[in-house]
Amino acid sequence: MNDHVVEARSVEKKLGRGAGEVHALRGIDLALRRGELTLLMGPSGSGKTTLLLVLGCMLTPSSGSVTVCGTPTADADKEALARIRREHVGFVFQSYHLFPTLTATQNVQLALDIRGEHGRRAAQKARDALVMVGLEQKVDSLPGGLSGGEQQRVAIARALVANPSVVLADEPTGALDGKNGQSIMRILADTAHERERAVLVVTHDPRVVPYADRIVEIEDGLIVQERTDRPRMPTAVPFRA
Amino acid sequence: MSLVLTLASRNLFHDRLRFVATMVGIVFSVVLVMIQMGLFLGFGRMVTTMIDHASADLWILPKGAKCFEDPSLLDVKLRDRVATMEGVSWAVPLVIGFSDWRLERGEVTPVFIVSADLRDGSLQPFNVVDGNVQTLTQGANVAVDRSYFDRLGVSGVGSTAEIRGRKVRVVAVTDGIRSFATTPYVFVDLKNARNYTGTPRDRASSVLVRLKTDADREKALSAIRAQVGDAEVLTSEDFRSRSRSFWLFGTGAGAALFAGALLGVIVGTVIVAQTLYSSTKDHLNEFATLRAMGSSNAYIYTVIIYQALINAVIGFAIAAGIGSIVVQMTAKSALPIVITPWLMAALFALTVVMCVASGIGAIIRVVRIDPATVFMR
Ligand SMILES: Nc1ncnc2c1ncn2[C@@H]1O[C@H](COP(=O)(O)OP(=O)(O)OP(=O)(O)O)[C@@H](O)[C@H]1O
Ligand SMILES: [Mg+2]
Repeated sequence: MNDHVVEARSVEKKLGRGAGEVHALRGIDLALRRGELTLLMGPSGSGKTTLLLVLGCMLTPSSGSVTVCGTPTADADKEALARIRREHVGFVFQSYHLFPTLTATQNVQLALDIRGEHGRRAAQKARDALVMVGLEQKVDSLPGGLSGGEQQRVAIARALVANPSVVLADEPTGALDGKNGQSIMRILADTAHERERAVLVVTHDPRVVPYADRIVEIEDGLIVQERTDRPRMPTAVPFRA
Repeated sequence: MSLVLTLASRNLFHDRLRFVATMVGIVFSVVLVMIQMGLFLGFGRMVTTMIDHASADLWILPKGAKCFEDPSLLDVKLRDRVATMEGVSWAVPLVIGFSDWRLERGEVTPVFIVSADLRDGSLQPFNVVDGNVQTLTQGANVAVDRSYFDRLGVSGVGSTAEIRGRKVRVVAVTDGIRSFATTPYVFVDLKNARNYTGTPRDRASSVLVRLKTDADREKALSAIRAQVGDAEVLTSEDFRSRSRSFWLFGTGAGAALFAGALLGVIVGTVIVAQTLYSSTKDHLNEFATLRAMGSSNAYIYTVIIYQALINAVIGFAIAAGIGSIVVQMTAKSALPIVITPWLMAALFALTVVMCVASGIGAIIRVVRIDPATVFMR
């Protein structure tokens, strides 16, 4: 197997019906590699979220193919797509989407629970994931008692706890101030580099550019530019296979 | 506690008002069904009280007699024919019927006369709490139940009244022999029963038969059947179920009780379905998040089913508490509500089925969730 955790070939996606139909993706070729943090940038309405959803098996392409960890997704039904997400994909949303009635630990544990990991070991794993994102003081807090940055860190712990091969984040720093945004990006970069995951971050935010290994620019449903020339940020514990 | 259970209970308890509404719905419905079915059982027991307390193995009845209170008559000579048959220990005629009871203060009230048989003990007053039934055979003595003291204008042993112009004396008092028709039972001896009910000497309401313990029951039964011509011979068990089905279904009383119960189930299901559906709608974003995270549909159904089960368990517990209070309150009434362990178990099963069925609407809604919506917000 090559380094390509997720691979999109000639992906087109039409959204809506009839007169309201929008050709949101118009032939995308993109591969996400392990150990690499890719930034997806572009103007509003250019198709960033649509592409992320197609790569994450939440939407099926109208034409073209998507392969996740060697598994083609073409013939998968809804339940099979959910299974691929469960096995390979971790999502981070702009508005966190934590469960307001569950504690931070329980929120993270939920990602294990849906994968059939229950009980004390799962709870410990969830707490470890929270420690990893620097929330050891907040393991028993409810989301309502956490700041936006803390909530996003819980969401990241939730996305990472089951060790997905690919992490997809849609504007994860969009609702955060500069300092919190930086620490979120630091965690995502570490995920790519230390934990050898493929990470895709959709963003408008130029401040996150320094964390990227690669920047993909999309406009009107097409990739218009790809850059890897930017010097890499040093990571806290550089560990590369 | 498992995480699904935690999530389910938090979803439920998060909105207190809705939870209370759910509980009111379930409790109302279950208590209604419990009372209807408790009345059904109570009624079913009450209509067979006399048959239950007679020590007969077989009842010889006029053809088509539907219940203990049936007014039709048969030829009393049957009794003599049957009494001497092989395997028969005794055969005793029974006379029953309506009569008028005149209180000492002058009012008249209907009573239901039952002939007591003291010699063979086929049917005699039971649950005697005062006096002596043996003296029923002397003069115009009667036994009455103390729950009818007021109605009969008596205060206990020694009180007097009149039946059809003859002065009668209370010599024994029973407890809890109540008639669902609310007409008081009055036990008298056979001769007096004929007078009070106007039954001719050669007629009887039925003949009670006791078989010898070593008798071949099947053989005796068919031999007796061959002897009695038009009359019917029923075992106590058959007579019991015939009376029960007559009173419960022949009269529509049972159907009315069942209709009430059904109504309770429908109302309960609708209320619970409503609250569960609206709870699910409120948490749609969370279910969509679960789906986006890759959870199977089965996992999401489990959350909803757990919510339904928590509703069922708590709702049933409250309903059972209320039910037991109702049982205690009606224990001494004309028609006690009877709740058996079986009824309880069946009600619990019904509650669970009702609550889970209520979850179907919510589940149908959840299946339609598009996890992509999570990213659009
Ligand atoms: N359900 C839908 N039906 C029809 N058109 C849609 C639907 N969802 C999105 N679109 C359109 O598809 C195009 C791409 O949308 P998308 O959300 O992928 O853009 P984006 O790059 O993520 O924008 P933003 O930066 O504002 O989040 C837009 O023109 C959008 O209006
Ligand atoms: Mg977007």
